[in-house]
Amino acid sequence: MDLSRNWLNEFVDLADISDRDFSEAMTLSGSKVELYADPAAGIQNVVVGRIVEMVRHENSDHMWVCQIDVGREAPVQIVTGAQNQKPGDLVPVALPGAVLAGGQTISDGVLRGVPSHGMCCSWLELGMTERDWPHSPADGLFVLQTDPDVMAEDPQPGDDITKALHLHDTVVEFEITPNRPDCLSVIGLAREAAATFDRPLRLHEPVVRGCGGDIRELARIDIADPALCPRYTARLVKNVRIAPSPLWMRERLRASGVRPINNIVDITNYVMLEYGQPMHAFDFSCVDGGHIIVRTARPGESIQTLDGKDHTLTESMLCICDEGKPVCVAGVMGGANSEIVGDTAMVLFESANFNGPSVRRTAAALGMRTDASGRFEKGLDPQNTVKAVNRACELVELLGCGEVVDGLLDVLPAPLRETTVKLEPEKVNGLLGTALPESEMRSILEKLGFTLDGELIHVPSWRGDVEHYSDIAEEVARFYGYNKIPVTLMRGDTTCGGYSEEQKAENLLGEVCRALGYDEIITYSFISPSYYDKIGWAKDDPRRDSLKILNPLGEDTSIMRTTVLPSMLEILARNYSFRNSSARLYELGRVYRKRPDGLADEPKMLCLGAYGGMDFYKLKGAVEALLRALRVDAVRFVAERENPSYHPGRCARVYAGERELGVLGQIHPLVARSYGVEPEMYCAELSFDALYASRGATAVYRPLPRYPAVTRDLSLVCAEAVTVGELEGVIRDCGTPYLEQVDFVEVYRGAPILPGFKSVTFSLRLRAEDQTLTVDHADAAMAAILEGLSTRLDATLR
Amino acid sequence: MKELLRELRGRALSAIEKAENAEALEALRVQYLGKKGELTAVLKQMGKLSAEERPVMGQLANELRSAVEKTLEQRRTALAEALLQRRLRDEAVDVTIPGEPHRMGHRHPMYAVLDEIKQIFIGMGFEILDGPEVEQSVYNFDKLNTDEGHPAREWSDTFYFAEDSSRLLRTQTSPMQIHAMETRPLPIRMVAPGRVYRKDEVDATHSPMFHQVEGMVIDKGVTMADLKGTLDQVAKRLYGEGTVTRFRPHHFPFTEPSCEMDIQCYKCHGAGCPTCKGEGWIELLGAGMIHPRVLRMSGIDPDVYSGWAFGFGLERMAMGRFKIGDLRLIFENDVRFLEQF
Repeated sequence: MDLSRNWLNEFVDLADISDRDFSEAMTLSGSKVELYADPAAGIQNVVVGRIVEMVRHENSDHMWVCQIDVGREAPVQIVTGAQNQKPGDLVPVALPGAVLAGGQTISDGVLRGVPSHGMCCSWLELGMTERDWPHSPADGLFVLQTDPDVMAEDPQPGDDITKALHLHDTVVEFEITPNRPDCLSVIGLAREAAATFDRPLRLHEPVVRGCGGDIRELARIDIADPALCPRYTARLVKNVRIAPSPLWMRERLRASGVRPINNIVDITNYVMLEYGQPMHAFDFSCVDGGHIIVRTARPGESIQTLDGKDHTLTESMLCICDEGKPVCVAGVMGGANSEIVGDTAMVLFESANFNGPSVRRTAAALGMRTDASGRFEKGLDPQNTVKAVNRACELVELLGCGEVVDGLLDVLPAPLRETTVKLEPEKVNGLLGTALPESEMRSILEKLGFTLDGELIHVPSWRGDVEHYSDIAEEVARFYGYNKIPVTLMRGDTTCGGYSEEQKAENLLGEVCRALGYDEIITYSFISPSYYDKIGWAKDDPRRDSLKILNPLGEDTSIMRTTVLPSMLEILARNYSFRNSSARLYELGRVYRKRPDGLADEPKMLCLGAYGGMDFYKLKGAVEALLRALRVDAVRFVAERENPSYHPGRCARVYAGERELGVLGQIHPLVARSYGVEPEMYCAELSFDALYASRGATAVYRPLPRYPAVTRDLSLVCAEAVTVGELEGVIRDCGTPYLEQVDFVEVYRGAPILPGFKSVTFSLRLRAEDQTLTVDHADAAMAAILEGLSTRLDATLR
Repeated sequence: MKELLRELRGRALSAIEKAENAEALEALRVQYLGKKGELTAVLKQMGKLSAEERPVMGQLANELRSAVEKTLEQRRTALAEALLQRRLRDEAVDVTIPGEPHRMGHRHPMYAVLDEIKQIFIGMGFEILDGPEVEQSVYNFDKLNTDEGHPAREWSDTFYFAEDSSRLLRTQTSPMQIHAMETRPLPIRMVAPGRVYRKDEVDATHSPMFHQVEGMVIDKGVTMADLKGTLDQVAKRLYGEGTVTRFRPHHFPFTEPSCEMDIQCYKCHGAGCPTCKGEGWIELLGAGMIHPRVLRMSGIDPDVYSGWAFGFGLERMAMGRFKIGDLRLIFENDVRFLEQF
C-alpha cells in the first residue's frame, strides 16, 4: 500500500512529523513501513519559464531559438526542437545544473553554432506520462496553459516547477499484513496514525445533493448467491460528462501508484484508495433491463474483461450479470461490454461485498489478480459499501461530471453480525506480562474505534480480525508499545533439555565424517522419476514406488526420493563439471517411503560420496571408522554383485551381525557415465536407524596386558577364490586362546606363486593373560592355525 | 718420580684438551689410566719408594688421577655438547615449507549456524525435536488456526500429495508445535529445526526447499515479557552482548499477539546503511503468544497454560552471518564453497 502523506494529512494532521519519525512510529505500532520517498526529490533547478520571443534557427529547418523569461533580469536563450509552443507560453525550463527525473543533468551547450543555456521540457523529463497531464500533447513541450488546474494557481516565471505542479509529496510504502485489509486505505491508515500519534481523526461524512428521480424506478438488484455476496449497494449517475479528472485527484492517484484514466474511473479508484472499498462503474446503457443479477456463471458463459482478454467462466465463478449476460467478474474485473467510454451517459456505481476465498479462487483461475481482488480476498468491511458509494457520488458532484439520481439500492440478504469481546484486564496483563490499568486499555481501544459498554467491547465492523481477548491484548500492546513490555526470563519448572541419544549419534557420525575429510552437503528431498533410470534401477524395481507431488514445480522435483544416491551423484557430477579435481562429501538426509495412510516413513540415510584419488579400500576404511566410532560389533562385509548402481566386482553389503547396515562400493561405470563423470566414483549408503540400533554399549575398561606379546608373521598360499576374510575367519577360529590380534599385511601374486594362486600375509599377535608366552605355546598355537587353514581352505604356509 | 708425575700431568692434560672426539678421548683414557696405562705404570713403581716418600707420592699420584679423570669428563661433556649443537644445526628445517596436508571435512555453513542456535537453546533447557516433512494439512494448517480458504493453502503455494489437499509437504516447521503439544508432557520447551517446502521457483533468494527453526515454550503463567526476554538473550548470544533488539507488531494466524524481532544493524548501529536497506534494523524472526484457540485445539487449556513460539528461516540467517549473497550456493554444494566454512 502506497500512501500519500498529503492525502493522509487531510484526515489526521501530521504535517509536523518528519518522514523518518512517521515511518518509525507507524512501524512500531504495527503498520510496517518498507520505504518512503518524495517522487519529485530528484528534480532540481527546473523552473517555470515564459517564452518571450522565438525565431527560427539559422542552420536548422526545425529548431527554434527562444528567449525565455525565467524570473531573472534578462531572459535566457534556449534552443529547442519542439514545435507546439508560441510566445507567451509557460513551459518547464531546466536551467544549467538542473537534474531531471531520470537523473539526467543539464548544462550550457551550443546547438549548431547557437548557444543554449538550458532545456525546455515535456512532462516526460519530469518523470510523468500523458495520464498525469491529459491536456498536454505527448510530443512537444509541456505548455502549462493547457492545464486549467495548473493555471488556476497563477504560476510565475522563475517558480520552482515541482512546486508549481504540486509534485512534492512523500509516498510511504506500507507492508500491510493480510489480517488488516482495512489498512489498505487512507482512512484505515489515518485511524492507525491518529492512535499512534494520539491526534484527532477527522472523518468526513459524504454529502450527496442529488438531482431528483428515484433509482428504484430505473434499476433493480437481485443476489442469487448470498453466501458469495453478502451485500450489494449501487447508485446511479446520469448526464455523465467524461473528461480528465482535476489535478489534485490525478496527483493523489499517481502518488498511490494508480494511473489516472478519466473522471468516472478515477473516482472509483480514488474511493477504493480512500475507503478501501473496491468500486466498479458500469455504463448503465449496457446493463440489459437495468437489472443487476449477482450469480455464479452458467456453463459455457464467457466474458471479455477490461484488459481485452477473453475468459471462459466456470460455475464456481461469481459474476455480475444483467438479464442476459455477465457484465463483470465479481470483485475481479469489469467486462468490456459495459466499459465506461467517451460517450457514456449514465453510470451505475457498484459498491459491494464479496466472499474473500471465492474472489481469490476466481482471480487465480482466470490468472488476473487485481487490486480489487487482492482486497476482497482478505475479507472487507460490509458496512463500508454505503459510505463508499456516497463518497463516489459526492465526488461526481464535486467534479461536475454528472447528476446523481436520488436514492440508493442496498441489498443485504442476511443481517450483519456484530462481534463483542469481554474486557478482561487481568487476562490481558497476564498474557503480556504487564500491569496496565484498565483505563489505559479503554483509552487505546476507543482511539481505534472500539466502543465500550461496561465490560463489553463492541468491535468495529472493519476489524474482522478481532474476536478474542488475545486480540484485545494485541491492540493494547501495539499502542502501549511492544518495546515497553518488560523483559523477563522464563520461570517455572526447570526442564532438562539437550540432545537425545539419537541426536548425539547423528552428531557423532557427522564429526567422524568430517574428521575423515568429508564435507557436508544438503540436497533436495525431491527428485525426478528419471533419476531412478540414471542410477540403473530396473523399471519394475519396487523402490521406485515414490510419493508423487501432484503439483510439482517441474519434473525434476516431482517425487520424494526413496534413495539418497542420485542426489549425491548429482552433486559429485556437479563438482566434477566445476573442474574440482576431487571431492569427499557426506549427507545425513532423509528418504521418503510411502505408507499405507498416504504419509511417509522418513528414515535418515548417511551417504558418503567421493571421486579423485579414491579406491574401494579408502571408502571401506571410512565406513569402518564410522562403525568403530559407534562401537558397532560383529561387522561383516559381503561381496554384492547384484546392485545395479554399483560395480559388480567392487561393491559390498555391510552387516552388523545379521542386521544389514547398507551398501558401499564403486559406482557402476555405466551409471557414472550417465552422470558424465570419468573418474571412479565411490559411494556408501548406510541406514542411520540400522547404525543406531547396532551401536555398542559404553566402553568398559579392560586391564592393560601384564605379560609381553609374541608377534608372528604368517604368509600363506591359497587359491585365488579364497578371500582374505575367509582366511582371517579361520585364523581367528583356530587361534584360541592366545591369538590377540590379526592384521592383514598384503596380497601377492606372481612368481614364484603359481597362476591361480595368491600369497596372503598376516601379522598375528599372541599373548597369554597369566604368564609370559613360551615359544612352545606360540608354536602350538600357530600349528593349530595352520592345520585349520590347510584342512578348511587348502591354504598352506608359503 | 715427582718429575715424572709432573711431566705426565702436563702431557696428559694437554692431550686431553686437544682430543677431537669421543674415540680419541677413550684412547687417552686407556693410555693414561688403563691397566697398562702410564699412570698405572708409575704407580707400580711406588713400592720402590721409601716409607716417607710413599704417602707423599701416593697423594700426588691420586691427585693426578683425579685431575686426568676430571679433565676427561669435562672434555667429554664439551665434545658431546658440540656434537649436539652440530646435529641440531644440521637438522634444521625450512619452517616455511607447507605442513603435511590433513584435510578435515567441513560442516555445511547452514548447519554450522544451526548447531550454534541449538546450543544456545539447549543451554536454556530446550529439547530438540524432529518431525515429519510429509504432513497432514490438519497439522500444517487447521490446527494452526489457518482455515480453509487461507491463501497459503492454495495449490499454487503448497505441494500436495492428495487431490483433497489432505496431505502435503509441510510449508513451515510450525506443525511441530502441534506434535509437541500432543505428545510431550507439560511444561514444554522445544526447538524443532527442519526442511520446509513452498512452491517458489529457484532464484537468488528463493528455493522450493528451505529450512526453518521453530521454537515453543508452554507453561503456566508464560507471558510476552518472557518471550521478549528469552529471544533478546538468544540474539545477544548469537550476535554479541551489545546486540540491541526491538519488537514490532506483526500477524501470524497461530499467535496472538504476534510480533517480529529486529536487531539493530550491526554495521551502522541504527543510522541506516545498505546492509539494513536504510532501515537501521534487520528483521530476525517472527514470534508471538500461542493463540488460545491453537492451545485448545491441541488439548491444552488456555485458561491454565500459556505459551509463546517463534520461527525463522535458517538460510537467511546463515547467508547474513557469512555474507553469502545467493541462496543457490547453499544447495549447489560446490566444494570450493563448502571448504570456506
